Amino acid sequence: MVSADNPNRWRRYADWDERPLRLDKFAKEDPANGFSAFSSPADPKPSVKISAGSIVSMDGVLAHDFDMIDEFIARHHIDPAIAEEAMAMNSGQVARMLVDMNVPREALVRLAHGMTPAKLADVVSRLNALEIAFAYSKMRARKTPGNQAHVTNAKDDPLQLAADAATAVAFGFDEIETTMRVSRNAWSNAVACAVGSAVGRWGTLFQCSSEEAEELRIGMAGFTSYAETVSVYGTEKTFIDGDDTPWSKAFLAAAYASRGIKMRCTSGAGSELLMGFHESKSLLYLEARCLCLQRGMGVQGTQNGGIDGAPLTATIPGGVRELMAENLIAVWLDLECASGNDARSTESEIRVGAKILPYLIGGSDLICSGFGSILAYDNSFNPSLFNGEEMEDYLVLQRDFEADGGLTPLPESKAIDLRRKAVDCIAAVFEELELGQPTADMKQSVVIASGSNETRSYMPREVAGISEAIKDRGITVVDVIKALAKRGFREEAENLLNVVKLRVSGDYLQTSAMVRHGKVVSAINDPNTYQGPGTGYRVSESRRLEINSIRDVLDQDEVLRSEAMHEKEEARRIGYRVIGEALPSDDKNEIVIGISPAFGLKLFQTTASHRLSDILKNMITAIETRGLKARIVRFNHTADTSFLGLSAARLSGSGIGIGIQAKGTAVIHQRDRLPHNNLELFSNAPITQLEHYKGFGANAAAYALGEMPEPVVVPTRGEAMGSRYHARVALIYAIETALTSEGAAPQNIEVKFKL
Amino acid sequence: MTRKLTLADYPLAETRSAEVKGTRGKSLDDISLDALLNGDVTMEDLRITPKALADQAEISRAANRPTLALNFERAAELVNVPQDFIMSSYELLRPGRAKTKQQILDVAKIFRNQHKAPAIAAFFEEAAEIYERRGLYTHRF
Repeated sequence: MVSADNPNRWRRYADWDERPLRLDKFAKEDPANGFSAFSSPADPKPSVKISAGSIVSMDGVLAHDFDMIDEFIARHHIDPAIAEEAMAMNSGQVARMLVDMNVPREALVRLAHGMTPAKLADVVSRLNALEIAFAYSKMRARKTPGNQAHVTNAKDDPLQLAADAATAVAFGFDEIETTMRVSRNAWSNAVACAVGSAVGRWGTLFQCSSEEAEELRIGMAGFTSYAETVSVYGTEKTFIDGDDTPWSKAFLAAAYASRGIKMRCTSGAGSELLMGFHESKSLLYLEARCLCLQRGMGVQGTQNGGIDGAPLTATIPGGVRELMAENLIAVWLDLECASGNDARSTESEIRVGAKILPYLIGGSDLICSGFGSILAYDNSFNPSLFNGEEMEDYLVLQRDFEADGGLTPLPESKAIDLRRKAVDCIAAVFEELELGQPTADMKQSVVIASGSNETRSYMPREVAGISEAIKDRGITVVDVIKALAKRGFREEAENLLNVVKLRVSGDYLQTSAMVRHGKVVSAINDPNTYQGPGTGYRVSESRRLEINSIRDVLDQDEVLRSEAMHEKEEARRIGYRVIGEALPSDDKNEIVIGISPAFGLKLFQTTASHRLSDILKNMITAIETRGLKARIVRFNHTADTSFLGLSAARLSGSGIGIGIQAKGTAVIHQRDRLPHNNLELFSNAPITQLEHYKGFGANAAAYALGEMPEPVVVPTRGEAMGSRYHARVALIYAIETALTSEGAAPQNIEVKFKL
Repeated sequence: MTRKLTLADYPLAETRSAEVKGTRGKSLDDISLDALLNGDVTMEDLRITPKALADQAEISRAANRPTLALNFERAAELVNVPQDFIMSSYELLRPGRAKTKQQILDVAKIFRNQHKAPAIAAFFEEAAEIYERRGLYTHRF
């Protein structure tokens, strides 16, 4: 430990040591060991050679030396009819086309069909972070942005899963994803989330991330509607270590589609590095290979942008820009993009906010491929970039930027109703299917719980029994729908049926499909047609109002209502009586306290919640203690502190005046000074205490007596006063200014303290 | 229907709800909650059909997504393939599961002849060839 009085260390570094940021570790750029975001000496130069309609070399590798990934890309991704044209184009020119709003998206997608991984990486690496964000917004496939949530808990408690699924649906998530602490609980998790997501509205797609064969079986039983755990990798050895090949994964993709289940692959920077087979290539080049592979496989989309590798990628210089760049390649290749913002890549809340911003304002098919809708400790995928704790931060970011992040504020009363309904639904299903008899206490504990630490409900071992019963008895979604309807949950039964019915037409298998207002919306019927201001996705007025509807917002009525509550009490403590027009005095023993127009008439407490009667009493007492008199004058021509003070000083026989607004801002002024060149000022009313006002009175008296007192200092700990009080202050101040009128005369006020 | 589907035909559930049918011929309108409660709707009625996948493939092609269309066409061939055979075939395609090229070619033959799945068969044959060149027929512990 470094001693606090080390003479050779600037202590600011010790302060910095305590910041959450210092828990993040950063890695040196080291291409040979795979630590390079955008380029490495080992990355190939873009190239393609075609002979007789087939590819004979690609990115510097001859066809007979192709590894499995090259081979798959050459056979299934590259369109030989476009490749020569696309590869011959200048990369800088293509980069400019990506950010040129006049170049249509389709023209760029067509070129991507003929581009190799090295070419795609070469082009996007020429864009800075802002250009990448802009190009991403222009190139993403579906116009309307969406979002995905994690719904899990540390006990695999099905009651809580149902309640949290319903809550996530109400916040507006288009997809929810669960996984288990104990893998054999998969079936219970699936049933619980399927039921919970049918509460409130229908259309939220649901997946249960589990072992591949099990996941497909759960899907066939009708409980889930999409899958995204089919991972691909950018080097052959990593792929084999992941126990798959491009062909096995592509076969799985076809298998999912054959069961009517929406599917996307997963890939992201850092996975090859984590798994130890990076071939000294840059993260971006390896990821470009993954993405070309995915398009070749014919999957509609990808979960991409670091994912499990995001925390590692964020340790590397330019790593976060790289995550954005790989997302750009994904959408350029016309894939649906669930754009990461998933695994929490930092302990720094500033880095979290910065990470999400481009996606929030640019939009994405699924901005987070797992926003933790539950508390961080309940997130069985590991904490997300945003978790339940930070939900309202995200909602406010949407409001700040008038950006549609896919979510909508949820009023408290609605949330508790939905949670109760969801818990009742899953309990009914359990009872009807003889899977369990949850008690009223279990249910109530879950309805109000923020997280599983607070519940008295199912524990993982009991859940395993339920899960195995669902699986062994071959229970399907049809049984669950029947159970819901039998117990009177007809609407929820209908909602659940509607989700399963999606697979009959397969409309939701198309690129970037989600369900909004009971209709499938995808890149086919909601294509992103951005071509500059006024085009592409725009937040409609009704959507803007939804986004704005966060809780606890102030307006003037609210301020007046709260003041009215204090009015009666102040009337018992103090009386203000007008005794005539206030004129200048030559009484050297007098200090004028100038109060603002609404002081004690419409406003009754300072922003620090002190009664105005107490403020006045403290100042007057302090003045009188020094043998001087306080004259109270109400000004009606101004509400400005400086002018209140200066006007008070000009009336005051001693030449010293105090000006004070109802909110508590106060000044000591002297009659000969310039308006803003006061003697002392309390500008931080919200932290100004009674003793400070007392000191203010004493100092005013001292100045009047010709002394030079130590100014009263209100200590601040650097609170963001502006953000806490400015809305209220502006509303209060408007109440003051509304009472002023030009040239209105000041009034002498007799103040009577009653208590 | 002879003409090719276009983007304007999408979503099929909305533009031609009477023609979109489940495996047992029930239309979307027939698949109602009441029908399900009466026992007239089973999981069979809630499965996608080869026809629906072929239709979606046409739409994907019209949207210039030829690789997605090919996946839907491979999927159409798998609709009626039993789950266990799908899972064992998938297992065989994983690294080191097949010890010889012939094992994969044998499965390809079953897809082609028994399941009338020529695109899947070709896909397995392609894998068999590449796996051989890349030395995947090795023992893995």
